[in-house]
Amino acid sequence: MSEAAATLTYREACKQALRDALKADPRTFLMGEDIGRYGGCYAVTKGLLEEFGEERIRDTPLSESAYVGAGIGAAMAGMRPIVEIMTVNFSLLALDQIVNNAATIPHMSGGQFAVPLVIRIATGGGRRVAAQHSHSLEGWYAHIPGLRVLAPATVEDARWMLAAALVDPNPVLIFEHIMLYNVEAPLDPAVTAVDIAHAKIRRAGSGVTLIGYGNGLVKALAAAEQLAGEGVDAEVIDLRVLRPLDTPTILASVVKTRRVVIVDEGWRSGSLSAEIGMRIAEQGFFDLDAPLRRVCGREVPMPYAPHLEDAALPQPADIAAAARSLVRPT
Amino acid sequence: MTDKVRLDRAYLHHLLRQMIRIRRFEAKCVELYQAQKILGFLHLYDGEEAVSVGVIETLGPGDAIVATYREHGQAIARGIGMDRLMAEMLGKQEGCCRGRGGSMHIFDRKSRFYGGNAIVGGGLPLAVGVALADKMAGRNSVTACFFGDGAVDEGEFHESLNLAAIWQLPVLFVCENNLYSMGMALERAEAETDLGRKASSYRIAAASVDGMDIIAVEAAARHAVAQIRAGNGPHFLECRTYRFRAHSMYDAQQYRTREEVETWRKKGPIVRFQSWLRDNGLLQDDDIRQIETEADAEIGAAVAFAEAGTPEPVEELERFVMMTEVPA
Ligand SMILES: Cc1ncc(C[n+]2csc(CCOP(=O)(O)OP(=O)(O)O)c2C)c(N)n1
Ligand SMILES: [Mg+2]
Repeated sequence: MSEAAATLTYREACKQALRDALKADPRTFLMGEDIGRYGGCYAVTKGLLEEFGEERIRDTPLSESAYVGAGIGAAMAGMRPIVEIMTVNFSLLALDQIVNNAATIPHMSGGQFAVPLVIRIATGGGRRVAAQHSHSLEGWYAHIPGLRVLAPATVEDARWMLAAALVDPNPVLIFEHIMLYNVEAPLDPAVTAVDIAHAKIRRAGSGVTLIGYGNGLVKALAAAEQLAGEGVDAEVIDLRVLRPLDTPTILASVVKTRRVVIVDEGWRSGSLSAEIGMRIAEQGFFDLDAPLRRVCGREVPMPYAPHLEDAALPQPADIAAAARSLVRPT
Repeated sequence: MTDKVRLDRAYLHHLLRQMIRIRRFEAKCVELYQAQKILGFLHLYDGEEAVSVGVIETLGPGDAIVATYREHGQAIARGIGMDRLMAEMLGKQEGCCRGRGGSMHIFDRKSRFYGGNAIVGGGLPLAVGVALADKMAGRNSVTACFFGDGAVDEGEFHESLNLAAIWQLPVLFVCENNLYSMGMALERAEAETDLGRKASSYRIAAASVDGMDIIAVEAAARHAVAQIRAGNGPHFLECRTYRFRAHSMYDAQQYRTREEVETWRKKGPIVRFQSWLRDNGLLQDDDIRQIETEADAEIGAAVAFAEAGTPEPVEELERFVMMTEVPA
C-alpha cells in the first residue's frame, strides 16, 4: 500500500518550488518588493531570506520598471532570476520592460541574446480589494509574442511549473491567482515534473466542454459537479498555458462534446476567451452543435462591496447555466 | 595617477581614427538612406563622436555596453565590424542581428553589446541588471550605459540610478547631453538642468565634462571606470555635446537656430582634436589623409559586403521569437 500523499497549500507549493530552484542553481535569485524581511505580501517567500540570505533574496525599492528590467539584464548576462510582482495591476509599471525588452530582444538581436527570466505575478479578484488590486490582465500578456504565460490552477502545477519555467530559455510569466494560495490538496509523490506546453483535461466528460484557467478552473469544476447532479456530463479543460495556447487539446474536446463554455475572469471585450472562441470558430466550426458561450468578468473596474464583486466575477452557477443552455436549449 | 591620459602619438592617432571612422561611416549611411537602401529611422551621431570613443576606449573586453537608438558610434568604437553593421542596416541576414534590428537595435554578444534600445530610458534598467549579474558572478566588469538628456525625464532613469546606488553596482551612467530631446530643449524639459545634481541626489559620484573634447571625456571616463572597478559603486558622467544634424535624418529644426548649430560645429570634436594635435606637432596633413583613406576603404568594403548580402528567407520570419536554447 502506498503512503497517503502529503497535503499542501498552493502557497506552500509555490514556496517549495522556489526553494528547490534556489538550491538547484546558484544563478537563480529572487527579486521583488517585500519578498525578504516582510516575507512576501502573500507570504509565499516567507522564510527564504533566512535560508538563502540577502544576496539571493533581494528586497527591491518600489521600482517595478527598474527591477523587472534588471531581471531582464541579469538574465541576458547569464543569471536565472525570478522576479516577483505583488499584483498584476502593478506590473503595468513594468510593461515597458516586459513588452519592449523581454519579449523583443531575442528576436531583435537575431537570436544572440535569450532572456531566461521568470516573473511571478499575483492576479485575480475575490479578496474585496477593489479596482486596483483585483484584475485579471494575464490575457493582455498572452497577446505578446516572445512571452510564455502560465496560470497554475492546481497545487501540483504551483509546485512544478516553476522548474520547467526556469529551464525555458524564454521569459516566462507565471500568474498565481490570489484566491488559490490557501487551497489545499494532496500532492502525488510520483509526480516530480510537469510540462508547460499543454492544457490538461481535469475532468473527462462527453456532454459539454468547460474551458478555464486559474480560479476560473476551480469554478468550472464546481459547475461541472452541479451539472453532474442534473445528468450533464461536463469535460473540464485547464488551459494552464495561456501563451502559446494549446489549440489541439481544445479542438479534440470540441470534437467529443460539440459544445463549449469558456470561462475567463478577464473582461469579455478583446479577451483571451475571445481568442479561444475564435480559434474554435476557425478550426472547429463544423464540430459544434451549439453556439459558443462565454462566462467572463463583468465589464466594470472591480467593486469593493462583496455582493458587487461576486456579481462581477464568473461564478459556478453562471457557468452551469451557460452549459445548460447549450445542452438543453429552451 | 592611474587615470592620466596617455599622450603618445599612436594612441592619439587611434582616438582620432575612431572618430573619423564613425563620422565617415555615417556619411555613407546618409547616402544609402537617400538611395532608399537604408530605411526607417536613422539617428546620426554627427558631433557626438568624442563621447562614445572616449568612454569605450577605457573599457576592457569583459566590460558591457548598453546604448540607445543613436548607437552607431558606440558600436564602431566597440569594434563591431562595419561590414556586419552595414549589412544590418540594409536588412540582410549577414547583419549582426540578421536584419531584425536595423540601425536602432544593434546587438553583439561577443563584445557584450546589449543593444541598441529605441525606448528612451529603456536601457537603464537593463544595464543595472547586467551589472548585477556581473557583480553576483564575481566578474570585475563595468557596464557603460549610454543615454540622452531626454532619458533623464523618464522614471526609469531615476529608478535605475537609485537601484544601482543602493546595490552599489558597477555601472557607468553616461549621459550624452546634446541639449535637446528631439525638439524639446533641456531647459524646457527639466526643472533642474544640472544633471549631475540628480545623480548626486542618489549619492552617485557625478562628473560633467566637455563632450566635444575627447581628451576630457577619456580622462573622466578612465577615472570613473577605475573607481567603479575598485568597488566604489556606480558613477555618472555627463558629456556636454551637440548633435549637428536633425534628430533623425530630416526635421524642420524649428527648435534651434542655424547660428546655434554653426557655433557648435566650430567646436566639433574632430576639428578641435585635429587642430590641437597639429598645434602640438602631433599630426601632419598626410596623417589625416591616410586615416581618411583607410576609413573609406573599410567603409567601401563594408558597403560591398552589405550589398552582396542576402535577404533572410521569409520562412524564417518567426525564428527567435521563442528561443530553443540560451546561446552559449
Ligand atoms: C519612451 C519613449 N518616448 C518617446 C520616444 C520618441 N523619441 C525618440 S528619440 C526622442 C528624443 C530623446 O532625446 P535624448 O534622450 O536627449 O536623446 P538624443 O536623441 O538627443 O540622442 C524621443 C522623444 C521614444 N523613442 N521612447
Ligand atoms: Mg538629447
